[in-house]
Amino acid sequence: MTLREGAPVADAMMELTETSPCAGLLPLRIGGWALEEVPPGALTLIAPYKGQEQALSAALEAVHGMGFPAPNRSHAAREASLIWFGRAQALLIGPPAAEDLAPLAALTDVSDGWAMVRLEGAGAEDVLARLVPLDLRPQVFEIGHSARTELKHMMASITKVEENAFQIMVFRSLARTLVHDLKRAMEAVAARG
Amino acid sequence: MRISGKGLVSGNRTVNFAFNGRHYMGLEGDTLASALLANGVHLLGRSFKYHRPRGILTAGSEEPNALVTIGKGAALEPNIRATQQELFEGLAAQSQNCWPSVERDLMAVNDLAAPFFGAGFYYKTFMWPRGFWEALYEPLIRRAAGLGALSGAANKDPYEKAYAFCDLLVIGSGPAGLMAALTAARAGADVILAEEDSRMGGRLLAEVEEVDGKPAHLWVAEVLAELESLDNVRLMPRTAVTGAYDHGTYSALERVSHHLPPSQSLKTAHRPRECFWRIHAGASVLASGAIERPIAFRNNDRPGIMMAGAVRSYLNRWGVSPGERVTVFGNNDDAHRTARDLLAAGVHVAAVIDSRHDAPDGEGFPVLRGAVVCDSTGRQRLESITIRSVNGEEKIQTDCLAMSGGWNPSLHLTCHLGARPLWRRDLAAFVPRADAVPGMVVAGAANGSFSTHGALTEGAAAAVTALAGLGTSATAAPPPMASDAPYRISPLWAVPGKGRAWLDFQNDVTVKDVTQAAQENFRSVEHMKRYTTLGMATDQGKSSNVAALAVLADATGRSIPETGTTTFRPPFVPTSIAAMGAGAEDQGFAPQRYLTSHQVSQDHGAQDIEVGLWYRASYFARPGETNWRQSCDREVMMVRSAVGVCDVSTLGKIDIQGKDAARLLDLVYSNTFSTLKVGRVRYGLMLREDGFVMDDGTCARLDETHYVMTTTTAAAAQVMAHLEYLTQVVRPEWDVRFASVTDHWAQFSVAGPRARDLINDLVEEDVNAESFPFMGCGAVTVKGVAGRLFRISFSGEHAYEIAVPARYGAALYRLLLERAEALGGGPYGMEALNVLRIEKGFITHAEINGTTTAFDLGMQALVSPKKSCWGKVLSEREGLMEEDRMRLVGLKPIGAVKEISAGAHLFEPDTTVERETDIGYVTSVCFSPTLGHMIGLAMVSAGPERIGETIRLVDHTRGIDALCEVVEPVFYDPEGGRARG
Repeated sequence: MTLREGAPVADAMMELTETSPCAGLLPLRIGGWALEEVPPGALTLIAPYKGQEQALSAALEAVHGMGFPAPNRSHAAREASLIWFGRAQALLIGPPAAEDLAPLAALTDVSDGWAMVRLEGAGAEDVLARLVPLDLRPQVFEIGHSARTELKHMMASITKVEENAFQIMVFRSLARTLVHDLKRAMEAVAARG
Repeated sequence: MRISGKGLVSGNRTVNFAFNGRHYMGLEGDTLASALLANGVHLLGRSFKYHRPRGILTAGSEEPNALVTIGKGAALEPNIRATQQELFEGLAAQSQNCWPSVERDLMAVNDLAAPFFGAGFYYKTFMWPRGFWEALYEPLIRRAAGLGALSGAANKDPYEKAYAFCDLLVIGSGPAGLMAALTAARAGADVILAEEDSRMGGRLLAEVEEVDGKPAHLWVAEVLAELESLDNVRLMPRTAVTGAYDHGTYSALERVSHHLPPSQSLKTAHRPRECFWRIHAGASVLASGAIERPIAFRNNDRPGIMMAGAVRSYLNRWGVSPGERVTVFGNNDDAHRTARDLLAAGVHVAAVIDSRHDAPDGEGFPVLRGAVVCDSTGRQRLESITIRSVNGEEKIQTDCLAMSGGWNPSLHLTCHLGARPLWRRDLAAFVPRADAVPGMVVAGAANGSFSTHGALTEGAAAAVTALAGLGTSATAAPPPMASDAPYRISPLWAVPGKGRAWLDFQNDVTVKDVTQAAQENFRSVEHMKRYTTLGMATDQGKSSNVAALAVLADATGRSIPETGTTTFRPPFVPTSIAAMGAGAEDQGFAPQRYLTSHQVSQDHGAQDIEVGLWYRASYFARPGETNWRQSCDREVMMVRSAVGVCDVSTLGKIDIQGKDAARLLDLVYSNTFSTLKVGRVRYGLMLREDGFVMDDGTCARLDETHYVMTTTTAAAAQVMAHLEYLTQVVRPEWDVRFASVTDHWAQFSVAGPRARDLINDLVEEDVNAESFPFMGCGAVTVKGVAGRLFRISFSGEHAYEIAVPARYGAALYRLLLERAEALGGGPYGMEALNVLRIEKGFITHAEINGTTTAFDLGMQALVSPKKSCWGKVLSEREGLMEEDRMRLVGLKPIGAVKEISAGAHLFEPDTTVERETDIGYVTSVCFSPTLGHMIGLAMVSAGPERIGETIRLVDHTRGIDALCEVVEPVFYDPEGGRARG
């Protein structure tokens, strides 16, 4: 029997319960902002092999409805998104990556490697301005823009997913610090009134 | 004295406050300084060195004298400038540097000893005897001299750091700044207008002036209303831009809540005191105005002697006259405005003393032309001044002297990238050099344009120029009608005469100190500064620098431009460390990485230990165990006799794929991985380019083109960066991809004779010697979850590492502990892990310390002779494989002293203990419960050749002197039967 790693075989056999990266930490509501954990589904890191960039993009388009994103950009389709994740890497969020892609790119399952949260509310960029050294003004960092950057002392992936909403990812083990830092920033901005 | 009908403060709203324990009343909109002056309080503090009584000199951030302490307990804040501190209900402020009180300060005795305290006093006096400086002199001097003191307790007040971005940053909100902001805002640019004052408007709030046919402050209000109505403008009052840096980056300090009473509600509990901004601007307009400079004359530091412009500020903005019988002393036309304004407000002006023979006529007040003030009297408040003219000397009774030696453009930011300002003779002032800071245009008084009309016009034009640099075209906002009075000045820096004439009020530096420095050949302005400490106080000599270098120029017979200025450096205003380091206190110091097993471990009595950013279990204290060693010894014996479980997820895990994956591993590891069979694991060593060992770990081959590499916890990021370097720079043509999967997998070591029983209990597959031989690996199903199993051992026991996706980590760990306990085992921590590996002679970064080679570690066999690898060539350099290099051995105690300590040094038993006879050092030690004594690993010169010999161990730090036997580094099961079986 072949299994996708991490996938449960059958519910009846399940004895291992799941714990999400931000379990017990979220959701939070402070000021006009909501901070929630995003259930990631599957996360697959897609790194094209030599010379396969175009073929991969076409295959991605065909299977997942989105081409390979340009640097600092992301694509969103129904229940799936594909974000640029560093040099020659993209992260597929939602469905598992189609097997057809395997000859074209290294596919690495990192579903459990990241804590993923969503910060939403008018002026969410003011909260992030306490932690992130990027220009996140709406006219500069538009919906669909994405960046690998630092959030305070952590390296992070930040994507503008909707108006007033950012998706923020850090390594799973850093979830507590992520929530701590964001909570502090939200409280400080909210306290100014 | 409050003048009714004057000022922009609200007359109806009173505010109660206290100063030095006495209660006073001020008005809303007052600063502490204006409120104290309104209450007739002029004595605010004592000076730095001589403890001279001091009052308020200025009305802005340049204030050198009026520093106070605010707050109580841990939240106490020293060195707050009373001229900036806004009044709030219940504000309580204290004077500084005085005891028992500001009125009777015992340290004022220093003033009598003044002849001894001149320039270079410390250097001349406290040189001998050697060693007394730190032990005696410095503590004494620090007690006697100084400004405010910190509480010594940890201040829990919140502070904040933030980033901001804009097209145009306008620094200063006077006439130039407002016109620049208006011009840019109307052109649609994203504008930040930063103003250090609480209220925008600059000098327009402080002068009797008409702009656009109406009182200036009304024009200011109209402009601000327009700016506020625009989405693309961000007004930042109470925000001082403190530094200009590369690429359009500016630092700024916002005083967020210093003007508010301490927080009472939960919502405002997190309100920061200050915010340290890093602003990135496409371009900037510097409209920071100018700072008026004092004139040095004997006893010019008495409370009641103030800047002429500050007197106008107090009168026109706050409706306060600082005196009832005021005199004015100046060398320029601007000073006369003070007399005019005071007179119009009904204050008696005794005289205007103007050093110029061609000074204009007085308008209802006497003007003494060609005269100077040469002395003053009055201990705690000015009582009289002495005027010197061709007619001789004359004393005048006065309680306030308004002085003006002219204005210095506030060009500090233009010098932050290294530019030097230019001297303008007609202004007797330095002005900024054009393009001193790329993208910055200077306008208004900061640029030497001192008239209101000039500032308005230049401000609008500056925005057009600055925006053009960004490719944005803008039309200059039409300048409103305003006065265009010429600035007429004739330089006057210091009035000649005996006695002490102050230049730097904050650091107590006088004209005499500067001339003495010149006499003692400290002629360079930078040397003079350091010798006299002029300009080195918290005000950075904003009021004193130019006058001091003019005095120095005179003393050395050079011109002012020849003498030059000292270097202006950030920050422009004092910036609290709390603001710059905001967010880094407590938990914010460094991110914390937690294992999925963390909570379960805590429930089992785990004590955390920090390993890099990770928090791992050090040991598990069982009831009755009072010492870590008890827990550690039990855990070691548990692993040796039954089974132990340890979370090893912190080790770096790197997934490597691609048809050149094997080639990459052959390059990065000193041994060969292309020959590794699928389903097997191999231990590998990595070298740095210089041939020394970088890291070690195991690497498993999952299929032909797919490996998973393990690094040490400490070197995970370093190895990842190394792989990036090798694939991007050295072998960019190879087709190989890799990704960190450290956080994706929760991985647990299961070690001990019962390990296989435990594993078989949890996985569906039959784990036996054939399916999982020593160094085998493969996929397993763990309670329905697809995982991985590696048969590897860091303990020397029969052991596995079992991995599942991290979401199941906590559940699997709980289950592993449950089953282990049923088998007589349980969890073990880092301490036991360390003992287990030392007993086996396995190395960590204590041994891979950056100075050791594979040869030194006895691992030369792992550097394959059949292939090349990264670092191999340099590892073969002469000297790197000499027999007498420090090489890895084991140690065990054989003398009366049974202790071994890490870091101890090693010597021949019969030599002296000296650096020259040092033959090695101890890298790792532990008490081995398996063997019943301490053991250690050490690097010893020609170590392997000394096996069986006695060696002397000396640890001066811990006071240990012991004899040890040099032994093989593997203490336990050297054949390795336990792990393989």
